[in-house]
Amino acid sequence: MKKLKPYMLLILVVIADLIVFAGSPDLGKVILKSTGTNFAQMLGVIPPIFLLIGLMDVWVPREKVIKFMGEGSGITGVLLAILLGAAAAGPLYAAFPVAAIMIKKGAKFTNILVFLGAWSTMKIPMFLFEMASLGYAFAITRLLLSLTGILLMSWLINKLMSEDEKRNIYAKHSDVARG
Amino acid sequence: MFEILLYAAAVSLLGLSYYKDREKTKKGLKKAWKSFLNVFPAFAGVLALTGLALSIISPDFISRFIGNSTGFLGMLTTAVIGAITLIPGFIAFPLAASLLEKGAGITQMAVFVSTLMMVGIVTMPLEIQYFGRKEALLRNAFSFLFSFIVAAVIGVVVS
Repeated sequence: MKKLKPYMLLILVVIADLIVFAGSPDLGKVILKSTGTNFAQMLGVIPPIFLLIGLMDVWVPREKVIKFMGEGSGITGVLLAILLGAAAAGPLYAAFPVAAIMIKKGAKFTNILVFLGAWSTMKIPMFLFEMASLGYAFAITRLLLSLTGILLMSWLINKLMSEDEKRNIYAKHSDVARG
Repeated sequence: MFEILLYAAAVSLLGLSYYKDREKTKKGLKKAWKSFLNVFPAFAGVLALTGLALSIISPDFISRFIGNSTGFLGMLTTAVIGAITLIPGFIAFPLAASLLEKGAGITQMAVFVSTLMMVGIVTMPLEIQYFGRKEALLRNAFSFLFSFIVAAVIGVVVS
Protein backbone atom coordinates (compact mmCIF):
# COMPACT_ATOMS: atom_id res chain seq x y z
CA MET A 1 0.00 0.00 0.00
CA LYS A 2 2.82 2.36 0.87
CA LYS A 3 4.30 1.85 -2.57
CA LEU A 4 1.01 2.81 -4.17
CA LYS A 5 0.60 6.08 -2.29
CA PRO A 6 2.67 8.25 -4.66
CA TYR A 7 0.49 6.99 -7.49
CA MET A 8 -2.76 7.96 -5.74
CA LEU A 9 -3.46 10.92 -8.04
CA LEU A 10 -2.77 8.89 -11.16
CA ILE A 11 -5.04 6.07 -9.95
CA LEU A 12 -7.87 8.49 -9.13
CA VAL A 13 -7.59 10.17 -12.53
CA VAL A 14 -7.58 6.83 -14.35
CA ILE A 15 -10.73 5.81 -12.45
CA ALA A 16 -12.37 9.13 -13.41
CA ASP A 17 -11.27 8.58 -17.02
CA LEU A 18 -12.87 5.14 -17.03
CA ILE A 19 -16.13 6.52 -15.65
CA VAL A 20 -16.19 9.21 -18.36
CA PHE A 21 -15.35 6.61 -20.99
CA ALA A 22 -18.24 4.40 -19.86
CA GLY A 23 -20.63 7.37 -20.02
CA SER A 24 -19.34 8.87 -23.26
CA PRO A 25 -16.89 6.85 -25.33
CA ASP A 26 -16.37 9.84 -27.64
CA LEU A 27 -15.22 12.10 -24.83
CA GLY A 28 -13.20 9.18 -23.50
CA LYS A 29 -11.30 9.02 -26.78
CA VAL A 30 -10.60 12.76 -26.61
CA ILE A 31 -9.21 12.30 -23.10
CA LEU A 32 -7.03 9.40 -24.21
CA LYS A 33 -5.67 11.49 -27.06
CA SER A 34 -4.98 14.59 -24.99
CA THR A 35 -3.39 12.54 -22.18
CA GLY A 36 -1.17 10.94 -24.81
CA THR A 37 -0.20 14.37 -26.13
CA ASN A 38 0.68 15.51 -22.62
CA PHE A 39 2.97 12.57 -22.02
CA ALA A 40 4.57 13.14 -25.42
CA GLN A 41 5.12 16.79 -24.52
CA MET A 42 6.71 15.72 -21.26
CA LEU A 43 9.07 13.42 -23.14
CA GLY A 44 10.04 16.46 -25.21
CA VAL A 45 11.33 18.49 -22.29
CA ILE A 46 11.72 16.40 -19.16
CA PRO A 47 14.54 13.96 -20.05
CA PRO A 48 16.98 16.68 -21.22
CA ILE A 49 16.05 18.88 -18.26
CA PHE A 50 16.79 16.11 -15.76
CA LEU A 51 19.98 15.31 -17.64
CA LEU A 52 21.07 18.95 -17.33
CA ILE A 53 20.09 18.96 -13.66
CA GLY A 54 22.22 15.87 -13.03
CA LEU A 55 25.19 17.53 -14.76
CA MET A 56 24.62 20.75 -12.84
CA ASP A 57 24.57 18.76 -9.64
CA VAL A 58 28.07 17.38 -10.17
CA TRP A 59 29.72 20.29 -12.01
CA VAL A 60 28.35 23.51 -10.55
CA PRO A 61 30.02 24.24 -7.23
CA ARG A 62 27.72 25.24 -4.40
CA GLU A 63 29.92 28.23 -3.57
CA LYS A 64 29.32 29.71 -7.04
CA VAL A 65 25.55 29.45 -6.76
CA ILE A 66 25.64 30.93 -3.27
CA LYS A 67 27.80 33.76 -4.50
CA PHE A 68 25.59 34.64 -7.47
CA MET A 69 22.13 33.71 -6.21
CA GLY A 70 22.40 33.11 -2.46
CA GLU A 71 21.94 35.38 0.55
CA GLY A 72 23.71 38.63 -0.16
CA SER A 73 23.72 38.16 -3.92
CA GLY A 74 21.54 41.26 -4.12
CA ILE A 75 20.42 42.60 -7.46
CA THR A 76 22.70 40.20 -9.36
CA GLY A 77 20.81 37.25 -7.95
CA VAL A 78 17.44 38.73 -8.85
CA LEU A 79 18.53 39.57 -12.40
CA LEU A 80 19.99 36.13 -12.85
CA ALA A 81 16.76 34.52 -11.60
CA ILE A 82 14.74 36.58 -14.10
CA LEU A 83 17.08 35.81 -17.00
CA LEU A 84 17.21 32.09 -16.26
CA GLY A 85 13.42 31.91 -16.02
CA ALA A 86 12.76 34.05 -19.10
CA ALA A 87 15.27 32.22 -21.28
CA ALA A 88 13.48 28.95 -20.66
CA ALA A 89 10.60 27.39 -22.47
CA GLY A 90 8.35 24.54 -21.62
CA PRO A 91 5.55 24.23 -19.11
CA LEU A 92 5.86 25.49 -15.55
CA TYR A 93 6.14 21.99 -14.13
CA ALA A 94 9.48 21.68 -15.88
CA ALA A 95 10.73 24.60 -13.77
CA PHE A 96 10.15 22.79 -10.47
CA PRO A 97 13.05 20.32 -10.68
CA VAL A 98 15.34 23.13 -11.91
CA ALA A 99 14.33 25.26 -8.94
CA ALA A 100 14.96 22.26 -6.68
CA ILE A 101 18.58 21.96 -7.78
CA MET A 102 19.01 25.71 -7.29
CA ILE A 103 17.71 25.29 -3.74
CA LYS A 104 20.11 22.43 -3.18
CA LYS A 105 23.00 24.58 -4.34
CA GLY A 106 22.07 27.35 -1.94
CA ALA A 107 20.13 29.93 -3.95
CA LYS A 108 18.05 32.34 -1.89
CA PHE A 109 14.35 31.59 -1.48
CA THR A 110 13.15 34.89 -2.99
CA ASN A 111 15.34 34.24 -6.03
CA ILE A 112 13.73 30.82 -6.39
CA LEU A 113 10.31 32.47 -6.35
CA VAL A 114 11.41 35.10 -8.89
CA PHE A 115 12.77 32.32 -11.10
CA LEU A 116 9.46 30.41 -10.95
CA GLY A 117 7.52 33.59 -11.66
CA ALA A 118 9.68 34.54 -14.63
CA TRP A 119 9.46 31.02 -16.01
CA SER A 120 5.68 30.99 -15.65
CA THR A 121 4.91 34.18 -17.48
CA MET A 122 7.96 36.00 -18.88
CA LYS A 123 9.40 33.41 -21.24
CA ILE A 124 10.91 35.17 -24.24
CA PRO A 125 9.70 32.73 -26.94
CA MET A 126 6.18 32.99 -25.56
CA PHE A 127 6.44 36.79 -25.35
CA LEU A 128 7.31 37.02 -29.04
CA PHE A 129 4.37 34.82 -29.88
CA GLU A 130 2.08 36.85 -27.66
CA MET A 131 3.10 40.06 -29.46
CA ALA A 132 2.26 38.46 -32.78
CA SER A 133 -1.14 37.19 -31.63
CA LEU A 134 -2.41 39.89 -29.30
CA GLY A 135 -0.42 42.96 -30.29
CA TYR A 136 2.49 44.97 -28.93
CA ALA A 137 0.53 47.00 -26.39
CA PHE A 138 -1.02 43.91 -24.84
CA ALA A 139 2.17 41.86 -24.63
CA ILE A 140 4.49 44.64 -23.46
CA THR A 141 2.07 45.95 -20.83
CA ARG A 142 1.61 42.44 -19.51
CA LEU A 143 5.35 41.77 -19.44
CA LEU A 144 6.14 44.94 -17.49
CA LEU A 145 3.29 44.38 -15.04
CA SER A 146 4.25 40.74 -14.58
CA LEU A 147 7.81 41.71 -13.80
CA THR A 148 6.67 44.14 -11.12
CA GLY A 149 4.13 41.69 -9.76
CA ILE A 150 6.57 38.79 -9.62
CA LEU A 151 9.09 40.84 -7.64
CA LEU A 152 6.42 42.02 -5.20
CA MET A 153 4.84 38.60 -4.79
CA SER A 154 8.18 36.87 -4.29
CA TRP A 155 9.09 39.36 -1.59
CA LEU A 156 5.68 38.94 0.05
CA ILE A 157 5.62 35.13 -0.07
CA ASN A 158 9.12 35.05 1.39
CA LYS A 159 7.95 37.32 4.23
CA LEU A 160 4.89 35.18 4.89
CA MET A 161 6.85 31.93 5.18
CA SER A 162 8.47 31.22 8.52
CA GLU A 163 12.15 30.33 8.78
CA ASP A 164 11.09 26.83 9.80
CA GLU A 165 8.94 26.35 6.73
CA LYS A 166 11.77 27.51 4.49
CA ARG A 167 14.26 25.29 6.28
CA ASN A 168 11.97 22.31 5.65
CA ILE A 169 11.94 23.01 1.93
CA TYR A 170 15.74 23.36 1.86
CA ALA A 171 16.16 20.17 3.88
CA LYS A 172 13.93 18.31 1.44
CA HIS A 173 16.24 19.21 -1.42
CA SER A 174 19.52 18.86 0.42
CA ASP A 175 19.94 15.66 -1.51
CA VAL A 176 18.44 16.16 -4.93
CA ALA A 177 17.75 12.45 -5.31
CA ARG A 178 15.02 12.83 -2.73
CA GLY A 179 13.64 15.94 -4.44
CA MET B 1 12.11 23.46 -32.24
CA PHE B 2 12.85 24.33 -28.64
CA GLU B 3 12.88 20.65 -27.76
CA ILE B 4 15.54 20.01 -30.37
CA LEU B 5 17.71 22.79 -28.95
CA LEU B 6 17.21 21.47 -25.44
CA TYR B 7 18.16 17.94 -26.45
CA ALA B 8 21.15 19.22 -28.40
CA ALA B 9 22.34 21.23 -25.39
CA ALA B 10 21.85 18.34 -22.99
CA VAL B 11 23.57 15.80 -25.22
CA SER B 12 26.55 18.01 -26.07
CA LEU B 13 27.08 18.97 -22.44
CA LEU B 14 26.83 15.30 -21.51
CA GLY B 15 29.50 14.55 -24.09
CA LEU B 16 31.74 17.31 -22.78
CA SER B 17 31.19 16.14 -19.22
CA TYR B 18 32.02 12.55 -20.14
CA TYR B 19 35.17 13.68 -21.92
CA LYS B 20 36.29 15.66 -18.89
CA ASP B 21 35.42 13.26 -16.10
CA ARG B 22 33.78 9.88 -16.60
CA GLU B 23 33.14 9.13 -12.96
CA LYS B 24 31.55 12.50 -12.29
CA THR B 25 29.36 12.11 -15.33
CA LYS B 26 28.17 8.70 -14.20
CA LYS B 27 27.39 10.12 -10.79
CA GLY B 28 25.44 12.96 -12.40
CA LEU B 29 23.45 10.58 -14.56
CA LYS B 30 22.61 8.45 -11.55
CA LYS B 31 21.40 11.50 -9.67
CA ALA B 32 19.35 12.67 -12.64
CA TRP B 33 17.72 9.26 -12.95
CA LYS B 34 17.01 9.02 -9.23
CA SER B 35 15.41 12.45 -9.02
CA PHE B 36 13.34 11.66 -12.09
CA LEU B 37 12.09 8.38 -10.59
CA ASN B 38 11.26 10.21 -7.42
CA VAL B 39 8.88 12.68 -9.01
CA PHE B 40 7.62 10.40 -11.76
CA PRO B 41 4.44 9.33 -9.91
CA ALA B 42 3.43 12.93 -9.25
CA PHE B 43 4.33 13.91 -12.82
CA ALA B 44 2.28 11.09 -14.29
CA GLY B 45 -0.68 11.99 -12.08
CA VAL B 46 -0.53 15.66 -13.05
CA LEU B 47 -0.22 14.89 -16.76
CA ALA B 48 -3.17 12.51 -16.62
CA LEU B 49 -5.20 15.11 -14.73
CA THR B 50 -4.31 17.74 -17.34
CA GLY B 51 -5.43 15.36 -20.08
CA LEU B 52 -8.78 14.92 -18.36
CA ALA B 53 -9.28 18.60 -17.54
CA LEU B 54 -8.28 19.81 -21.00
CA SER B 55 -10.69 17.41 -22.69
CA ILE B 56 -13.62 18.64 -20.67
CA ILE B 57 -12.55 22.29 -20.73
CA SER B 58 -11.65 22.43 -24.41
CA PRO B 59 -11.10 25.64 -26.41
CA ASP B 60 -14.60 25.11 -27.84
CA PHE B 61 -16.07 24.93 -24.38
CA ILE B 62 -14.23 28.07 -23.39
CA SER B 63 -15.41 30.09 -26.37
CA ARG B 64 -18.99 29.03 -25.73
CA PHE B 65 -18.62 30.08 -22.15
CA ILE B 66 -16.99 33.45 -22.39
CA GLY B 67 -17.56 34.49 -25.99
CA ASN B 68 -20.34 36.83 -25.08
CA SER B 69 -20.16 37.27 -21.34
CA THR B 70 -18.91 40.56 -20.05
CA GLY B 71 -18.18 42.44 -16.87
CA PHE B 72 -16.70 41.10 -13.70
CA LEU B 73 -18.53 37.78 -13.88
CA GLY B 74 -17.00 37.15 -17.28
CA MET B 75 -13.59 38.02 -15.88
CA LEU B 76 -14.10 35.67 -12.97
CA THR B 77 -15.13 32.85 -15.29
CA THR B 78 -12.15 33.33 -17.57
CA ALA B 79 -9.83 33.66 -14.58
CA VAL B 80 -11.03 30.38 -13.10
CA ILE B 81 -10.81 28.56 -16.43
CA GLY B 82 -7.32 29.95 -16.94
CA ALA B 83 -6.30 28.91 -13.44
CA ILE B 84 -7.39 25.30 -13.86
CA THR B 85 -6.23 24.55 -17.33
CA LEU B 86 -2.78 24.47 -18.76
CA ILE B 87 -3.20 25.39 -22.37
CA PRO B 88 0.17 25.85 -24.04
CA GLY B 89 0.80 29.43 -25.18
CA PHE B 90 0.90 28.52 -28.83
CA ILE B 91 -2.76 27.47 -28.55
CA ALA B 92 -3.85 29.99 -25.93
CA PHE B 93 -2.70 33.19 -27.69
CA PRO B 94 -4.39 32.51 -31.04
CA LEU B 95 -7.46 31.33 -29.13
CA ALA B 96 -7.55 34.59 -27.16
CA ALA B 97 -7.04 36.55 -30.37
CA SER B 98 -9.95 34.81 -32.10
CA LEU B 99 -12.16 35.26 -29.04
CA LEU B 100 -11.36 38.96 -29.11
CA GLU B 101 -12.47 39.12 -32.72
CA LYS B 102 -15.68 37.41 -31.73
CA GLY B 103 -16.36 40.19 -29.26
CA ALA B 104 -14.90 38.99 -25.96
CA GLY B 105 -13.63 41.83 -23.78
CA ILE B 106 -9.93 42.66 -23.58
CA THR B 107 -9.92 42.51 -19.77
CA GLN B 108 -11.43 39.02 -19.85
CA MET B 109 -8.76 37.85 -22.26
CA ALA B 110 -5.98 39.51 -20.27
CA VAL B 111 -7.04 37.85 -17.03
CA PHE B 112 -7.37 34.55 -18.91
CA VAL B 113 -3.88 34.74 -20.39
CA SER B 114 -2.38 35.77 -17.06
CA THR B 115 -3.98 33.09 -14.87
CA LEU B 116 -3.35 30.55 -17.59
CA MET B 117 0.37 31.09 -17.37
CA MET B 118 0.85 31.88 -13.69
CA VAL B 119 -1.73 29.77 -11.86
CA GLY B 120 -1.78 26.01 -12.08
CA ILE B 121 -4.42 24.19 -10.08
CA VAL B 122 -3.79 20.88 -11.81
CA THR B 123 -0.03 21.13 -11.29
CA MET B 124 -0.41 21.96 -7.61
CA PRO B 125 0.16 18.39 -6.36
CA LEU B 126 3.57 18.53 -8.02
CA GLU B 127 4.33 22.01 -6.72
CA ILE B 128 3.38 20.91 -3.19
CA GLN B 129 5.71 17.95 -3.44
CA TYR B 130 8.56 20.26 -4.39
CA PHE B 131 7.98 23.36 -2.29
CA GLY B 132 5.39 22.44 0.31
CA ARG B 133 1.74 23.33 0.71
CA LYS B 134 2.22 26.89 1.88
CA GLU B 135 4.40 28.06 -1.01
CA ALA B 136 2.06 26.44 -3.52
CA LEU B 137 -1.05 28.01 -2.00
CA LEU B 138 0.48 31.45 -1.59
CA ARG B 139 2.04 31.59 -5.04
CA ASN B 140 -1.10 30.43 -6.81
CA ALA B 141 -3.46 32.61 -4.76
CA PHE B 142 -1.35 35.76 -5.19
CA SER B 143 -0.90 35.11 -8.90
CA PHE B 144 -4.66 34.66 -9.27
CA LEU B 145 -5.41 37.99 -7.60
CA PHE B 146 -2.55 39.69 -9.42
CA SER B 147 -4.00 38.63 -12.76
CA PHE B 148 -6.99 40.90 -12.12
CA ILE B 149 -4.67 43.88 -11.69
CA VAL B 150 -2.93 42.96 -14.93
CA ALA B 151 -6.29 42.75 -16.67
CA ALA B 152 -7.50 46.08 -15.29
CA VAL B 153 -4.36 47.88 -16.47
CA ILE B 154 -4.39 46.21 -19.87
CA GLY B 155 -8.06 47.18 -20.19
CA VAL B 156 -7.03 50.82 -19.79
CA VAL B 157 -3.88 50.72 -21.92
CA VAL B 158 -5.19 48.61 -24.80
CA SER B 159 -8.45 49.96 -26.13
